Amino acid sequence: MSAAGGVLGSGHEVPGGIWRGISFEDRMSTVEFRVGERAHITVDSDVCRSCTTKACVTACPANLFAPTSEGGILFSYEECFECGTCYMVCNHEGAITWTYPDGGQGVVFHQG
Amino acid sequence: MGKANMVPAASVSSYTPVFDAVVVGAGPAGSATALALARAGRSVVLVERGPFPGSKNVYGGVVYGRVLDDVVPEWWNEVPVERWVVRRSTMMMTGTQSVSVDYRSAAWGEAPYNGMTTVRSRFDNWLATKAVEAGAQLVTSTVATGLLRDAQGRIIGVRTDRDQGELRAKVVVACDGVNSFLAKEAGLMAPAQASHHTLGVKEVLDLPGHVIDERFGLRGDEGIDIEMLGCTRGIPGGGFLYTNSDTVSLGVVLSLTHLAEAKARPEELIADLKNHPSIAPYLRGATLREYAAHLIPEGGYDTMPTMITDGMLVAGDAAAMTLAAGLWLEGVNFAIGSGLAAGRAVDRAIAAGDCSAKGLASYRSDLEGQFVLADHKRLRKAPHLVLSERIQQRYPGLICDLVDGMFTVTNPVPKQGGLRVTRSAAAKHGVKLRQLAADTVRALRVFG
Repeated sequence: MSAAGGVLGSGHEVPGGIWRGISFEDRMSTVEFRVGERAHITVDSDVCRSCTTKACVTACPANLFAPTSEGGILFSYEECFECGTCYMVCNHEGAITWTYPDGGQGVVFHQG
Repeated sequence: MGKANMVPAASVSSYTPVFDAVVVGAGPAGSATALALARAGRSVVLVERGPFPGSKNVYGGVVYGRVLDDVVPEWWNEVPVERWVVRRSTMMMTGTQSVSVDYRSAAWGEAPYNGMTTVRSRFDNWLATKAVEAGAQLVTSTVATGLLRDAQGRIIGVRTDRDQGELRAKVVVACDGVNSFLAKEAGLMAPAQASHHTLGVKEVLDLPGHVIDERFGLRGDEGIDIEMLGCTRGIPGGGFLYTNSDTVSLGVVLSLTHLAEAKARPEELIADLKNHPSIAPYLRGATLREYAAHLIPEGGYDTMPTMITDGMLVAGDAAAMTLAAGLWLEGVNFAIGSGLAAGRAVDRAIAAGDCSAKGLASYRSDLEGQFVLADHKRLRKAPHLVLSERIQQRYPGLICDLVDGMFTVTNPVPKQGGLRVTRSAAAKHGVKLRQLAADTVRALRVFG
């Protein structure tokens, strides 16, 4: 498990950088996150190493997953929309475990 | 609301049911369930994991309020509306073209109205407040972490992430949304089925109200809803644009499996749409107020979970009750309708002293007898058709080229006839005329 060792800083750059006038960082800065101490996502990087698609990397709308040079996955949980895309597109059952953040924490949509 | 209604931990530790019902999720389904039960005189606790109702919720834009007529008389005088939808456009697009079918109705702008744009943090809060006013207890910032079962395995409540936070009830109503961990834990729903889900990503953009009025041909509290096809790089799905009071909601809905295969980033697709020549002029100068993403259960009737088990019902998105059938895009109304039905079924089951699956069975027949399941059943083949390869990747371009062929003036070359234009547009997009005819018949069968 890479829950502690493999956590990225939140809001890392999108591959390819700025999309027509707004950086990914600026895009995410419009969203309120009440970040809890407990990571509600865990990734079993040993499983990821045998994954050929790594669909979570591109599909996650919050861009929380990044491939490592060793074939694993680095992730962060702080700026998560709590949508569920990651575990649904994960083609290795159990590689991504995802639960809700603790009560009152996580994303707070005001314009949803 | 909130902490004032917190349930003292001491009162939930006995083995007898403390509540008639515990409803998980204070979205439209949960609040409607709690409202129906509270009005029937039942004790009900409504558990919400967000800090306020609606804080975890995102939608594609329009609430159709007919379902509220019997629940809140003249609801339109008090609902937190942004704009009343008086224009409904369907836009078929390529990267540089678009053809729109645009309908406008003066009647839609007058009571009792047809559809409205609203903001979920306000709308969901409004409906939850109705439930609280009727006597339901709302507990926010609390996650239902699992089901409580008795020695026989019957569901008797939920665990929460509060200290001593077990909530016991005669019936649990799972309105916990598209990822419904309670329905999964109860064995009613598969753990993860990407093929039955789409991802919606949405930008809410600031634009002054008078600018929205001018650009979209609106006045006062009139609004427009534009649904788009052919704007997602061939990934099955579509786009949407809705006007709010002083913001515009713009987004795309994308098949999860195809999004993953395409290796495209969701925000790239939304940026494509924002920069499309048919959309960009509407949004000139608009700035991003909030970005959002949410999953949509889009498999339709044939992929709905079992909705009833001993001691538990499932409603709203948790029961896959969204109609994402291209022409119709509805969800909040189904959530409210199913929640009201769940409340009625629980009330009847308690009155009859039987909260088993058998005792709760009237939930299903109630839903079958009204729009909630009747609409889904009628349109059960629609998701498959609307997300099919020809509809998604060929017809928007074919239609654009057909209109182009009709209206591009080619002097001195003489005009071509309609059939010839159709044939050449179809050929350009790899569609045979007999496929076009077959798909027309199929569409009539699905939607007719």
